[in-house]
Amino acid sequence: MSKLGSMLLGRESFSEIVIGNTALARAMLETGTRVVTSYPGSPTPEIADAILGIPEDQRPLYFEFSTNEKVATEVAFGASVNGHLSCVFFKSVGLNVAADSFVQLAHMELLGGLVIILGDDPGANSSQNEQDNRHYARLAHIPMWEPASASEAYLMYKEAARLSVQLRKPVILRMTTHVCHAKERVQFDAWEPVALNPTPRFDPANGPYIPIASAVFPLKARARARLGDFAAHAEGCSFNRLLDHNNSHRGVITAGLPFLSLLDCLEDVGAKPDVLRLGMVFPMAAEKIAAFLAAHDEVLVLEELDDFLEQAIKALAYDRGLHTKIVGKVAPEDWLGEFTPGKVRTILGRLWPDLGLAVAARDLPLPSPRPPQLCPGCGHRAAFWAIKQALADTDITVADIGCHTLGFQAPYRMGQALLSMGHCTGTAAGLSLFNQTRKVVAFIGDSTFFHAGLPGIINAIFNHHNFTLIVLENGTTAMTGHQDHPGSGHNVTGPSHAMSLDRILEALGPTSLRRTDAYAGVKLRQMVTEAVAEPGFKVIIASHPCMLKATREARRAGTFKDRMVTVNQTTCTLAHDCVSTFACPTFQMDAEGRVTTHPDLCIGDGSCLQSCPARAVTPPAPRGNGKES
Amino acid sequence: MTNQHFDIYMIGVGGQGIGLLSETLIRAAERAGHQVRGVDTHGLAQRGGTVTSCLRLGEGAHSPMIREGAADLVLALERHEALRGAATFLRRAGTLLYFDALWQPLNVRLGAQPQTTTAEVEAVCGQLGARHLRIFDPNLPDPRMQNVSLLRTLLQESLVPGLKLQHLEGALGELLTGKVLEANLALLNA
Repeated sequence: MSKLGSMLLGRESFSEIVIGNTALARAMLETGTRVVTSYPGSPTPEIADAILGIPEDQRPLYFEFSTNEKVATEVAFGASVNGHLSCVFFKSVGLNVAADSFVQLAHMELLGGLVIILGDDPGANSSQNEQDNRHYARLAHIPMWEPASASEAYLMYKEAARLSVQLRKPVILRMTTHVCHAKERVQFDAWEPVALNPTPRFDPANGPYIPIASAVFPLKARARARLGDFAAHAEGCSFNRLLDHNNSHRGVITAGLPFLSLLDCLEDVGAKPDVLRLGMVFPMAAEKIAAFLAAHDEVLVLEELDDFLEQAIKALAYDRGLHTKIVGKVAPEDWLGEFTPGKVRTILGRLWPDLGLAVAARDLPLPSPRPPQLCPGCGHRAAFWAIKQALADTDITVADIGCHTLGFQAPYRMGQALLSMGHCTGTAAGLSLFNQTRKVVAFIGDSTFFHAGLPGIINAIFNHHNFTLIVLENGTTAMTGHQDHPGSGHNVTGPSHAMSLDRILEALGPTSLRRTDAYAGVKLRQMVTEAVAEPGFKVIIASHPCMLKATREARRAGTFKDRMVTVNQTTCTLAHDCVSTFACPTFQMDAEGRVTTHPDLCIGDGSCLQSCPARAVTPPAPRGNGKES
Repeated sequence: MTNQHFDIYMIGVGGQGIGLLSETLIRAAERAGHQVRGVDTHGLAQRGGTVTSCLRLGEGAHSPMIREGAADLVLALERHEALRGAATFLRRAGTLLYFDALWQPLNVRLGAQPQTTTAEVEAVCGQLGARHLRIFDPNLPDPRMQNVSLLRTLLQESLVPGLKLQHLEGALGELLTGKVLEANLALLNA
């Protein structure tokens, strides 16, 4: 068993340095959470890493990666109405996928309770937007807690789960990226496991569970009434904090991680404003807030992303006839990015210049930016290199979500538009309408194919659309940490039927279907040339295992062949195709234009050999002293 | 230590092993008696992009994140990232320690932007009145040990208040096993 696994199973109280996501796994055990589901997405996958660190035969809960966030939510719902405390977790934009079922949850009597953990991503560290999912709490009548640290994530999960069981309603724990990944020593309580009650307890009498037409109103009324219960809890929520600095002039209302940024700023301030930190952001502790407003002349609402609290607090002040000056979002940048200690300092210093928080701007030289890259040996690179040769500059390429999205960068520039998981086929279909002159090519990864790719593919065939889909298959969910998917032949517990992309596609009936190894550049280029010339919906599967995963597994198994390619400086003609067109990060170019391969980076896959017109990139060979030939 | 905290900003390239560096240092710093909190980059940036880690020591540190221009110590695993880390996060009169590995960023490889020089890194430290420490060891048995090489210098130069060899050894012992642990301990003691 992993160290992490045995730690999480400890019966006695203990403490450990962990990230927020790991702390959540222990909270699940202590609360008797029985069913946990997810679809991988940053910043949440380490919750699964922690759960899966416990061997399956000792794991007191059922866990699965579902095919997408909506299915994950439904599995958790089904388990909950059968009497099991359940939890579903996913990233910020995952909630958009889950939303159709998610918005129904508060209408339902959730016998076992249900905790939804959201990994919001202010700053768009690993997401296509930085949407503020607090709006969803209000939309769906579901209460929301907002931890600021790993310790709070653990404790809030326990509090939220307890209330969910008691009130039979869903609850949300809204994490953000740097709470998920924040590390500190967390004090964990003792754990007394409770025996599983496997009895299926679903009973329509607990419902109704069929919300149709007028049946919706009593369900909605009950959801609103329960929100009243949660509102009462919000007033006394143990995570509310009032920092009384004896300042009747100025106050700050905040929540979540911005609270800690604020505390950092206040370390450097003499006349500190009073602070009210909210443990729950929906429903709000209205009485506490009203009292705080009444006690101050001017109150700053300090919140990341949207003006969610600000609007509610201003409405509250209006209702209560309070004349406190309430300041929220002022400048356009107040709506953007994370409220880091630096950003909060800027906001505080701007509002109250006398606090002396102004920071002089720096003007120091910066190096070249370093965006994320496709890894050395990545099959997507070889594929993009070949595909680009088969397309005209005016042709249109559509990206999807996954590692292959990185192909939008120089020098490939493959994938020019992106919305969401699985969007590529719908978007490509639209781009192909009335379009007789520019070929349309869409890209999708294999995990996304199963997640949300199928409806768009079926639509393309059903409605006779004209474009080419290239499935970039690598056998895993690579970007989020190599989770299995329905095509990989394994799920988290063991072997699983490996669903074949080819057979699924054959059954759907595209105009044509081709497959090649992504490293086979000549063949792939030929396939693309042929496919884009055909009418109809054509599919090419360009496949190569994720080499980051393969390399790591080989190192662990002791079967890794430590080889690298080198550039023969005698035969090299300085054509630069390797570094400028193929552009594997291992190729380094010095000021004179001389190209070498980097011993720290090259994995000896040899996919680059085909890119050299002078054949000066020599085949992979055991590395000697790491020096160039 | 300023206002009861000491802030360490780590920066490198995804794949260089900044995770082990930060995980070792947070545990070692706690063993040295500090209250610790921190946060690492996970996700997308790990694919060859700039990765960072914040480690904050002391009771005056609340957020796991360090403010720009406020790090007492910047540790970098690569030359371009050393310049980036120093220019954005190092405080005036702080310290930069970097392992001078060179992994060219995309635009440098494409010839669109110049490669950073050691002189540029030193010059930025000069402008900040900061201490500048560059190390390089071409004879490491494994490039994945550059992080421990950095820890050795950090120890020799007493760059973290109260941090001793036994704290780092204990932390490594919590995280590694077998031959990898032995090799890293040997390097630390070399």
